[in-house]
Amino acid sequence: MNQQDVVCGMMVDASSAAHRSHFNDKEYVFCSANCQHKFEADPTQYLEAELVTTGGTVAARLGQSGVAAAVLPPVVPVPVATALATLDIEGMTCASCASFVEKSLSRTPGVHKALVNYATERATVEYLPGQATPETLREAVVKAGYGVAAPAAPDTSAADRQAELDQQKALAYQKLKRRLWVAVGLAAVVMLLSMVMLWPALSARINMQALNYVLLGLTLPVLLYSGREFYTSAWNAFRHRAANMDTLIAVGTGAAFLYSLAATVAPHLFMQHGLMPEVYYDTTATIIALILMGKVLELRAKTQTSAAIKSLMGLQAKTARVVHGEQEIDLPIEQVRPGDVVVVRPGEKVATDGIVVLGHSAVDEAMLTGESLPVAKNVGDPVYGATLNKTGSFRFRVTKVGAETMLSQIVKLVEDAQGSRAPIQRLADKVSAVFVPTVVCIAILTFVLWFDLAPEATRFPLALVNFVAVLIIACPCALGLATPTAIMVSTGKGAENGVLIRNAEALEKAHQVTTILLDKTGTITRGEPTVTDFIVAPGQTPSQVLQTVAAVERQSEHPLAEAVVRYAEAHQVPSVPAQEFRAVEGRGASALVAGERVLIGNQRLLTEASVELPAQLTEQASELLGQAKTVLFVVIGGQGVALIGVADTVRDTSAAAIRRLQAMGLEVVMMTGDNPQTAEKIAQQVGIKRFFAEVLPQDKAGKVQELQTEGRVVAMVGDGINDAPALARADIGLAMGGGTDVAMEAAGITLMRSDLQGVVTAIDLSKQTIRTIRQNLFFAFIYNVLGIPIAAGVLYPVLGISLSPMLAAGAMALSSVSVLTNSLRLRSFRGAAA
Amino acid sequence: MDTSELIVTLVGLGLIAFVLWYFFFSTHQTVSAVSSATGVQQVDITVQGGYSPAVIEVEKGKPVQLHFHRNEEASCSEEVLFPDFGIRRELPAFQTTLVELLPQQAGRFEFTCGMGMLRGSLVVK
Repeated sequence: MNQQDVVCGMMVDASSAAHRSHFNDKEYVFCSANCQHKFEADPTQYLEAELVTTGGTVAARLGQSGVAAAVLPPVVPVPVATALATLDIEGMTCASCASFVEKSLSRTPGVHKALVNYATERATVEYLPGQATPETLREAVVKAGYGVAAPAAPDTSAADRQAELDQQKALAYQKLKRRLWVAVGLAAVVMLLSMVMLWPALSARINMQALNYVLLGLTLPVLLYSGREFYTSAWNAFRHRAANMDTLIAVGTGAAFLYSLAATVAPHLFMQHGLMPEVYYDTTATIIALILMGKVLELRAKTQTSAAIKSLMGLQAKTARVVHGEQEIDLPIEQVRPGDVVVVRPGEKVATDGIVVLGHSAVDEAMLTGESLPVAKNVGDPVYGATLNKTGSFRFRVTKVGAETMLSQIVKLVEDAQGSRAPIQRLADKVSAVFVPTVVCIAILTFVLWFDLAPEATRFPLALVNFVAVLIIACPCALGLATPTAIMVSTGKGAENGVLIRNAEALEKAHQVTTILLDKTGTITRGEPTVTDFIVAPGQTPSQVLQTVAAVERQSEHPLAEAVVRYAEAHQVPSVPAQEFRAVEGRGASALVAGERVLIGNQRLLTEASVELPAQLTEQASELLGQAKTVLFVVIGGQGVALIGVADTVRDTSAAAIRRLQAMGLEVVMMTGDNPQTAEKIAQQVGIKRFFAEVLPQDKAGKVQELQTEGRVVAMVGDGINDAPALARADIGLAMGGGTDVAMEAAGITLMRSDLQGVVTAIDLSKQTIRTIRQNLFFAFIYNVLGIPIAAGVLYPVLGISLSPMLAAGAMALSSVSVLTNSLRLRSFRGAAA
Repeated sequence: MDTSELIVTLVGLGLIAFVLWYFFFSTHQTVSAVSSATGVQQVDITVQGGYSPAVIEVEKGKPVQLHFHRNEEASCSEEVLFPDFGIRRELPAFQTTLVELLPQQAGRFEFTCGMGMLRGSLVVK
């Protein structure tokens, strides 16, 4: 027998229900423990509702909520905009819970509309800001027995989060600098005093014991204030059975300090064993000062690696001028909602993404696409947040806000890419995982060997000095920084140039490419028809005919008609009205312009209207058809007066870009659905030697594979329309022109600018980045591979050279800084010019 | 070889053995994720010279929320990386940072600090 769950309204099998509760001698069953708990907390709340809907179904209950909504005072249509709130609902266990929350929200005074999505656990509420607040909405949800999740941290705007992080980093940097200066100051004094001992005349007059205590007093603050973090960090890592950079510094300086401390406090013990009670306070203090200096330099360089993405985030507009009835109100960007109409004046930033609804202008989109020329915007064109309005003033309807805008998505993509791991890094990763413990073992071995092999009088100090030098010179940081810093800089640099890199692997793959396969439409060509020829019969005025043609085509929605209108607009012909427009399926269109019947269409339209063309036009028509162009015939007042040749034209930059790719040693191959003759013409025009013609959309991926079986590493470039499988199949896919979402998923690299130069930029950037990473890794490896044995003293038996720990500290500080500096060189990268 | 040389040699070799065992061959504590009523698996992780817990067990197909509380300023732990999920997150000192992910495949996925020295793993079952 089915019984209704009084909390959520779901029908539950009463015989098998696991969740039951008794109230007033009646047993209630529930769909889940959650509903049961809610009921038990306040049974009457649900039983009242049940009275109204006794025996009712879920549908009836939903209807009841409609009744409740109708009881609300009718909302007077005041010119106050409603606000939109989204709440993350917690505790919903079934779809009925969603309707329960929805009902509770709808009943709240001031709420226009509430929608609860069970799947996303999110409520979208439209309310009047004066009558309801996010707080009252929250209360309504809680009253219904559910919770509202506090907005998760990532919901705050990226810029705010970044600002907070930056502030914290700036503070940490200041603190680090303070620690450095204390260390430098004290270490300098310790150094000077230590040198006194090397001056016999002076050292004879000074009580060495007392001097050692002075040095101890000066070194202690260096250890406890400047170097404390090394010791706590090393200790914390040790407890986690992990070892890091700080472990090496802590053990190294710690050993030198403890030996010196013993020599200061109990010199007689050393004397007894025939040892000079030497102290190494200068070494200890100097090492800490030098390493801190390295850290300061490193931190400063590191902040620059992410400069590009930070400047992208900083582009976000802070306010928007929203149209409210007759007024224009400046609103913080967080309060702008999809559907709002926003005004943009000349020189202002576009606040968010939308579609132009009034006016026209030119907008600088360089920050998003890398395109340096402003882009013309007319009614119906999309505009993007953070771009800069140049000349005109316009209004746009908001389509996307917050995390959904183009800018946010670019930032997210770059951030994701910066978090990814490059395969080239694998070796370095493996090495750094075992690096520190291995170095500690080598250092211990060094100590033992020196102690066993050196002359007895000096064996202990020599063993100690070399032990410390090995620990200090080893630098896992250079290894760890080698790849990520280069990737950070180059993905940011890519975004600046309109090249979005999905991840480090894509970046690495792009430099191995040997062959570029271009899907002709939309990459080499514009991917949209353009008027290439406009030929009028003898005796006709071209501008007059064009004006008439444009009048008809303005009314049509056909892509060919749009091409004609664009052509007419480019020639600035005056706009005249057309009446009785009629589209003739599969043939063309007709309309009345200035009292004359105008026909525009293909050969069939011409034949069916039994219009004869002048011989000259017929000849030129077949010539155009021979060039694989589409021909439109214009008939005015029953007379054939003009021809319009339409074709998908080659982009101005294609030939140059292809030449540059070829100059980089890459083979460029084209594929197209065109017949071989047309394909050959286009290939010749842009300098491509190999092409695939008559390729059906579903065979594109097969062509990629065909090239791959020839042993090539293939980069596939497409416009993202029906070539997603080919993009995914290729070793690296490049989607062009912002691409569709699908293509962006399948493509390793997305080119924001519809221009083949982006491919050059992407490949070039990839090559330079990988070169930088290789240099970094080589340097980091060679530094450690040479540095550690030298510090251990392998050269001592042969050349008598051993490395002072202070020199080792200097070398280490410089090693990670040099790797970072090398990565930062990528900042000077320039994309291929448009 | 005199006595002190012998002692130093033996102690040195002993220390090497200890270092190798301690860092490479000892075990980590495991914590299973706690599922909340909404089906999100939540785990609190303290970051201080390492991750505790360092091994986290979660179920596949359910969203996971990892709350990283970084309890130190030492720069080694300032970033956490989930290479398999393409996540890099900065962990501000003395704050809790949320990392959300949705494991779709069973397996063992490592997470590390920015330089791969501090390690933990996410075991998806």
